[in-house]
Amino acid sequence: MYFLKRLFFAIPLLLVISALAFWLVHIAPGGPFDRERAPASPEIERNLEAKYHLNEPVWKQYLRYLDGLVHGDFGPSLKYRDHTVNDIIAQGLPVSMTLGSLAFCFALGIGLPLGFFTAARRGRWEDYAGSFLATLAVCVPGFVLAPFLVVVFAIKLKWLPVALWESPAQAILPMIALGAYSAGKVARLFREGMLNAMQSEFITAARAKGMGENRLLFKHAVRIAVLPVVSYSGPMLADLLTGSFIIENIFQIPGIGVFLINGALNRDYTVVVGLALLYAVLLIALNLAVDFAYTWLDPRVKYE
Amino acid sequence: MNKADESRKSTDESLNGGTPNLAGTRPSTLDPRLVSPGKQAWQRFKRNRPAVISAGYLVLLLVVVVAWPAVLKIAGHCGPAGAAFTQIHDPDHLSNSQFIPPDAQHWFGTDVHGRDVFSRVMYGAQLSLLVGFVGAAVSLVIGVLWGAIAGYVGGRLDSALMRIVDILYSLPTIIFVIVLLTTLGTLLKQSAFVQQSAFWNREVQILLLFVGLGAVSWLTMARIVRGQVLSLRTRAFVEASRSLGAGPARILARHIIPNIFGVVITYIALTVPAIILYESFLSYLGLGVQPPMASWGTLIAEGVSQINSIRIYWWLIAFPGGVLVATLLALNFLGDGLRDAWDIKSR
Repeated sequence: MYFLKRLFFAIPLLLVISALAFWLVHIAPGGPFDRERAPASPEIERNLEAKYHLNEPVWKQYLRYLDGLVHGDFGPSLKYRDHTVNDIIAQGLPVSMTLGSLAFCFALGIGLPLGFFTAARRGRWEDYAGSFLATLAVCVPGFVLAPFLVVVFAIKLKWLPVALWESPAQAILPMIALGAYSAGKVARLFREGMLNAMQSEFITAARAKGMGENRLLFKHAVRIAVLPVVSYSGPMLADLLTGSFIIENIFQIPGIGVFLINGALNRDYTVVVGLALLYAVLLIALNLAVDFAYTWLDPRVKYE
Repeated sequence: MNKADESRKSTDESLNGGTPNLAGTRPSTLDPRLVSPGKQAWQRFKRNRPAVISAGYLVLLLVVVVAWPAVLKIAGHCGPAGAAFTQIHDPDHLSNSQFIPPDAQHWFGTDVHGRDVFSRVMYGAQLSLLVGFVGAAVSLVIGVLWGAIAGYVGGRLDSALMRIVDILYSLPTIIFVIVLLTTLGTLLKQSAFVQQSAFWNREVQILLLFVGLGAVSWLTMARIVRGQVLSLRTRAFVEASRSLGAGPARILARHIIPNIFGVVITYIALTVPAIILYESFLSYLGLGVQPPMASWGTLIAEGVSQINSIRIYWWLIAFPGGVLVATLLALNFLGDGLRDAWDIKSR
């Protein structure tokens, strides 16, 4: 019931977000046709604007846009002629989603064991080394890590391809570069969650009853400790799936992140609003999934 | 009677303040009853070695960054050798010695135009650090005010303010910044005031970065502050103050804001690196700092553009990137240390 209500409230939220995004991009001075190669004559520009209804008031354009959305049409791209936003999403999204899912698996696959290990070895050198590694991963931006990986593993050692997106081997470096930050974040959250859980009373009670330390850690502490990671993984997955400009740019991957940034730079209104909406839908859906997972993991959590 | 009360109170306090022993070291030499929370926090902070080392590194970096231009200026007046030193290390001086790997003269090597990378990193640091700190200050002001008002007033206003935060959370941040920067940028550059003064014409981009990055980084701060204020508002000492006739403004200023100080200072220490990261990302895209000036982001972007498989100019990425990563690490350790010192439970 609660989740149905949440689902229902997501609709007005999405409306507000789309209106806000629409309005924000439109009040920015300059238009999508400013940077045409040949300076178009005023008539051509006027015709173009009329074709895309840019000469109408913004609220009218917005209503027209909403009408398209209801019919599943994100509108034409203003910059990439002959491409609709639907085309761009259909082309780029699968690529970005594949890369994003890989990076997500990488983040959990590295982050969870690292967080568990550092928490179990709390206060020893393994903890310090592991925690330092996790913090380092959070601090190295993608545009430093990606060139570093390329230079070392692709150019110097020649183990992996430099760029492009055709074979599975080409996915490894971008996956690491994209997922490293999240892996560090997951490790830090999980470590802290484990430490908090180990101090809670039900653990003391279980230990007093003679439960083995391993069973305590794996079976009882983990279930509570993973909660912060679960609530972080919603926004994290939304970020990873919608693509990263930097990673896609450096590795020349035909994903969707490049379109988002270029769209914003070129005032490609429909592309920006469409992709922003896509991101918002993903975020809302994933946050809902996170809350749902909470009730399953922690029976104490009840939503009215 | 009085004495019994006193001693009970002290045991209570030592129970509440029992966290210092968590660190597993000897108890503080000072009696916890006599020490203010701020001082207790400082005691705990001093025992956290990574945080202290990080603080030392940051102070050192600040000193070098501030002193380097002065050193160049002074050396310029110290005979021909000094003048040569200044000229070699001038961050904007173009020369024919391109792509020299690090040596005794150019500690970080030279770039595509033969400029000294060390100098450029130091001058870039000025901008990156400035944007980080001012941006964090902007986010501090907006976030604390927003959260404090929402938490204190409560009711409809609270839910309205927090819904706005929710909505802004669901927009992709980077789109928000880009649109904000381009919109404000063009509007400002068209205004007569900016066009008339050469100073503002030059500085408008930096100013925009301050405002734009601050304006997108206050959301989490607002949420944290609101939560704190909500729980503080119902505490007995606030009730007491209110029953004595204190108005909301006084209660906020006297009782609420000082009590959330620890949370806020910790969160600020974690916001600064986030903003520095954003700035370098925007500059990397070419939206932030414009070419004659440099920031760590633009320097790294220049380094990345020189990657090829024939010759590797590793120092162009390694040094700006290394200093950036070291600074972010230090700020993060500092933030963690502050959080442990103030004993703030994560949500």
